[in-house]
Amino acid sequence: MEALIESIARGLGQGSVYAMLGLGFVIVYKGTDVVNFAQPALMILGAFFVSWFTFDAGLPFFAAVPVAMVAAALLGAAIERVALRPMVGQPVFSAAMVTVGVFFALLTIATRLIGTDIRRAGDPWGLNAFVFADSIQVFQVDVAKVVTALLAFLAVGAYFKYSRSGLAIRATASDQETALAQGVKVGRMFGLSWALAGALGALAGVFIGAGGVGFEPISALIALKALPAIILGGLDSIKGALIGGLIIGVIESLSRTYQPGLAPWLGANFDQVVPYLVMLIVLMIRPYGLFGTPEIERV
Amino acid sequence: MSATATEPNPKVSAKLRRGRPELYTDYAADMAMLNTPGKRLWTGLLILGLLIAPFYLDRSWTSLFITVFVFAIGAIGLNLVSGYAGQVSLGHAFFIGLGAFTGTYFGGTDPNFLGLGLDMAIWLPMAGIIPAIVGWAVAPLASRVRGLYLAIVTLGLLFVGGHFFNEFRSLTGGPNLGRTAAPPVLFGVDFSAAGPLLGIEMTARQRTYFLTLVLLIVAAVIARNLTRSKVGRAFAAVRDRDIAAEVMGVPLARTKQTAFAISSFYAGICGGLISLTSGGRLDPINFAGAEGLFLSVTFLAMVLIGGPATISGSLMGAVFVVFLPRFVEAFAHYVPLIGATGLVTVPQLENILFGVFIVAFLILEPRGLFGLWLRVRNYWKAYPFSY
Repeated sequence: MEALIESIARGLGQGSVYAMLGLGFVIVYKGTDVVNFAQPALMILGAFFVSWFTFDAGLPFFAAVPVAMVAAALLGAAIERVALRPMVGQPVFSAAMVTVGVFFALLTIATRLIGTDIRRAGDPWGLNAFVFADSIQVFQVDVAKVVTALLAFLAVGAYFKYSRSGLAIRATASDQETALAQGVKVGRMFGLSWALAGALGALAGVFIGAGGVGFEPISALIALKALPAIILGGLDSIKGALIGGLIIGVIESLSRTYQPGLAPWLGANFDQVVPYLVMLIVLMIRPYGLFGTPEIERV
Repeated sequence: MSATATEPNPKVSAKLRRGRPELYTDYAADMAMLNTPGKRLWTGLLILGLLIAPFYLDRSWTSLFITVFVFAIGAIGLNLVSGYAGQVSLGHAFFIGLGAFTGTYFGGTDPNFLGLGLDMAIWLPMAGIIPAIVGWAVAPLASRVRGLYLAIVTLGLLFVGGHFFNEFRSLTGGPNLGRTAAPPVLFGVDFSAAGPLLGIEMTARQRTYFLTLVLLIVAAVIARNLTRSKVGRAFAAVRDRDIAAEVMGVPLARTKQTAFAISSFYAGICGGLISLTSGGRLDPINFAGAEGLFLSVTFLAMVLIGGPATISGSLMGAVFVVFLPRFVEAFAHYVPLIGATGLVTVPQLENILFGVFIVAFLILEPRGLFGLWLRVRNYWKAYPFSY
């Protein structure tokens, strides 16, 4: 029972990270019709920025996070302007491949910046845990992840609902030409979507190196697990990103806890591929995920 | 068509054809693989050059060409499914790995691991057939989803398959350990040892060179013929507008399935041969997780840089991607700030350039190197009235 609750708590924490990353994917996908394969690189660079501002620039951790988010947002907007803007009107596949190219270039730059050491985010949570009922340990960092993710979703939701530019992004997402005709600066909205994705990537990146574990360049691949999360939730659904992320996180954590005992024949590190298995099964049953909009095609 | 079939085609005299390279008097000549004298000439010269090259190149260049030939087979496979049929696959590395380990299962001689020790004449075809069957089997899942969803599905396939490779230790040797691959012994001739080939004494590397070259030519000719056939036209129709294609009577699910199966066959053959480029050893880590993703993207880069939906583009892309590190290495010291103490190291520069080239080609020349070649050709075709 203790193991179960602890496992679920860890899973919700990890799932919140997937949810934040997934939100970045969803915003870019909705806004610009591109699956942003560069998101993992934005996340790892965001993690590096946080680490750098805390340890090298000497900022307090809670000041370093917003600064790093701004830096990652600027980077996201810059990528959109340089690499993605020329792809407007090109097949979506080509645009997605551009983000793959960007991913490679950025990941290498991150590798160079991070170096061979394992860096830390410099967070205050570390390995501290809340203890319930004498023996159930819930790590503070997992609570922080869930709270941050919920706040991020509320903030993004409010931004889309109440702000002028949020409305403009939604208008762009729903119909680019009509939005253009109404005076929305569509290009700028694309940049804004990418900036939001960059900021969310950095926010998720904080937690890649938090909680007593460090991060290295290859940690970027963690962000790819947000893809099963948004496939589960639906590629164009913000609500789906949150729910999908949490579900994937919990399933992954449970399989990490129980698979070695229950089904050792599935091999070591099986929890690493469980998200993808879940995704494949979901796609067989519901190709557009739980909350995604089925694509209606006209010839 | 029946009229030309019954009576012999009136041949145009050589005198009339002179200076009119594009005068075709029947459909077959127009659709021929080498339909202009220029193409015939240059293809002949290229093949001749490749046949004599290994006798003048040093060992490392010969090895590089072997890598090009093997990778080009895989690139053609990916181009068939992604370039021609428009089904983006990030799971190509999975099928390559599957081919590699299938080949090793049928041909492996290492007593510590599974292996039947059969001849290459059996294990190489099997290395293609098994992935083709798997590709055929997973395609219905893939054809339920489209476009970007498909890319993500194939990404999932890559990770799940990679886990399978890592854990199937009795066959693959396990991650970071690996095992020896099936020896390239074709009809009793060991291509990994020096000896005579067609009466000419050769080193092991030269023999491997000719083996892979011949296999590549066969693979390329089959692929080129396929794209000129009904199947190839169905692929293009599905890529250009899948619903319209279905309305016109192209069976959508079956066409996608065929594309995946054929592409996986090519990937499997490439995988079966890939140990020739890595010193006869196979390590499952190369086809799983991050490394596998890198391999898949490498092949996508060959297709995108070379030119989607062209076979010759796949070849050019393979040459470009394989030679890029060599050229970066050669020119790196002329550029300041490159090196162990500079801003980036040489391998890092390679990776950055790799990403930048993908982006640059997609933005500036979506038809890839083949498109650049077309521009050059059209300039000289219209010369001196080109503008």
